[in-house]
Amino acid sequence: MQIYLPIAEVSANALTLLGIGGGVGLLSGMFGVGGGFLITPLLFFIGIPPAVAVATGVNQVVASSISGVLAHLRRRTVDLRMGTVLLVGGLLGSSLGIWLFRFLSAQGQIDLAVQLAYVVFLGIIGLLMLQEGLRAWYRTSRPNPPRRKLHTHLWVHNLPLKMKFRVSGLYISVIPPLMVGMLVGVLAALMGVGGGFIMVPAMIYLLGMPTKVVVGTSLFQIIFVAAFTTVMHAVTSHSVDIMLALFLIVGGVVGAQVGTQLGLKLKAEQLRILLALLVLAVSVKIALDLLLRPDELYSITIPGRH
Amino acid sequence: MGGRGFPLLRLPAALAGLCLLLTALLPAGLRAGEIVGALSQNRVSLTANFSGSEILIFGAIRHDGTSEAPPAPYEIIIVIEGPRQPVMIWRKDQRLGIWVNVEAVGMASVPSFHAVATTAPLSQILSPEEDEQYRISVAHAIRPAQAVGAVGDPSSFTEALLRIRERTEQYLTLDRWVYLDRDILFRANVRLPANLTEGAYTTRMYLVRDGAVVHQFRTAIFVRKEGLERWLHQLAYDRPLVYGLLALALALLAGWGASAAFRFIRS
Repeated sequence: MQIYLPIAEVSANALTLLGIGGGVGLLSGMFGVGGGFLITPLLFFIGIPPAVAVATGVNQVVASSISGVLAHLRRRTVDLRMGTVLLVGGLLGSSLGIWLFRFLSAQGQIDLAVQLAYVVFLGIIGLLMLQEGLRAWYRTSRPNPPRRKLHTHLWVHNLPLKMKFRVSGLYISVIPPLMVGMLVGVLAALMGVGGGFIMVPAMIYLLGMPTKVVVGTSLFQIIFVAAFTTVMHAVTSHSVDIMLALFLIVGGVVGAQVGTQLGLKLKAEQLRILLALLVLAVSVKIALDLLLRPDELYSITIPGRH
Repeated sequence: MGGRGFPLLRLPAALAGLCLLLTALLPAGLRAGEIVGALSQNRVSLTANFSGSEILIFGAIRHDGTSEAPPAPYEIIIVIEGPRQPVMIWRKDQRLGIWVNVEAVGMASVPSFHAVATTAPLSQILSPEEDEQYRISVAHAIRPAQAVGAVGDPSSFTEALLRIRERTEQYLTLDRWVYLDRDILFRANVRLPANLTEGAYTTRMYLVRDGAVVHQFRTAIFVRKEGLERWLHQLAYDRPLVYGLLALALALLAGWGASAAFRFIRS
């Protein structure tokens, strides 16, 4: 069934949209990843204009993280103070990203910028996940895993403007979390992702936060930044397509619930390696689009539209 | 793409149209060498399940009353032109190993849709001068001279515009697409694609003889979004903040509602 999308101004197959939402939701439920980094490139592949794909992708992130945020708040596994600092950085970053998005659109280079960002970040997370998956697989075959140090002091912690984060048990400078939040905000606005794939490792390895509050705190930041970015994209470039978002969300929430159940039953390590390979494949596909000579060297844009 | 005969569904509308035409012909009559036409519908609604629309264009011509040597046959050209809009045409080139947009040409006003349907190949029935004067073929309709940009060869950009839009079926050349019956009645089925721009689609019907336009008839098809699509599009552009908050509210509601529903099912 074809559905006419009022903002993207193209027709798309409703089942394809539900399938993309459902498939990505399934993966995000199984592995606890946001999935925005898969939805947006898949939308490019089916011909949704990049501006609409990014803005609608970030709207979908709001829907896919709300239940997680509520669950973590109930369990008190959110460092609200750290979350707020990350959020302040995130809102600044998102505003910067929105400005950059408009500037690049006017220059005719937004597609290139978004594609490059995806090649780089999908490449990085794909490799990190692959390494993590292989290591976990290796670890399960050894009886006594080595213990990790509780926390280490890094040079970034000694920057000025120190602040106490009681829930995380940290007394560190607010500059590193602000910068991390800001980077995530820029990525949310430019790529239509939540940014958990950058923030979670940064919180663990750079800020030294305890793992039990990492996911909740990152979700807390993501949902507010994604909400802000959705509204900003709607206001500045009219590029959020509610109809498209609705199909992705319906597919996504159902997929995520099924994925969560599946994830409990299946052996995660090998699947995680498969997911890593999938992410790498998407990255390589986008990279090839940039590197190989395109069939058509010319393209048409309509000023003032997506 | 549908054939040029009447599809069954269109028959009632077409018959009604023909009756109308005949009644118009009888009392006042058409003067010699005139054309009059009509459309099976002159409104197209872009709704949620819009997947293109087929329009039947039909009409009649009247010949010269003289009974001298048989004159050259009449031919018919139908042009449908969508709303004009500005475009930028970009050219990619390799920079540091990647293919990047490097040059652009702007055109202030080109048709978003252009279809030419004829009774015979255009070059055989219309002189190039007449083609240019009436802007019938799409190469003239885009007015290549308006292309501006700091590039060496603007014509390669306008050619690219034609090539790309022909591939996406926004620009169509439908030779021998108009069916002329006993040199009086004509009809053609033109399919409008799914990716239509809102606005007036002018429909011009030309009566042609000896390579020259004898008479023309104009009408229009109005394409607009309807229902939910229209409401959402207007809200997005007229009250973007309200639209953004609505998108947000729907996302929150759907995300929270779904997990609550699943929790309920499981317990």
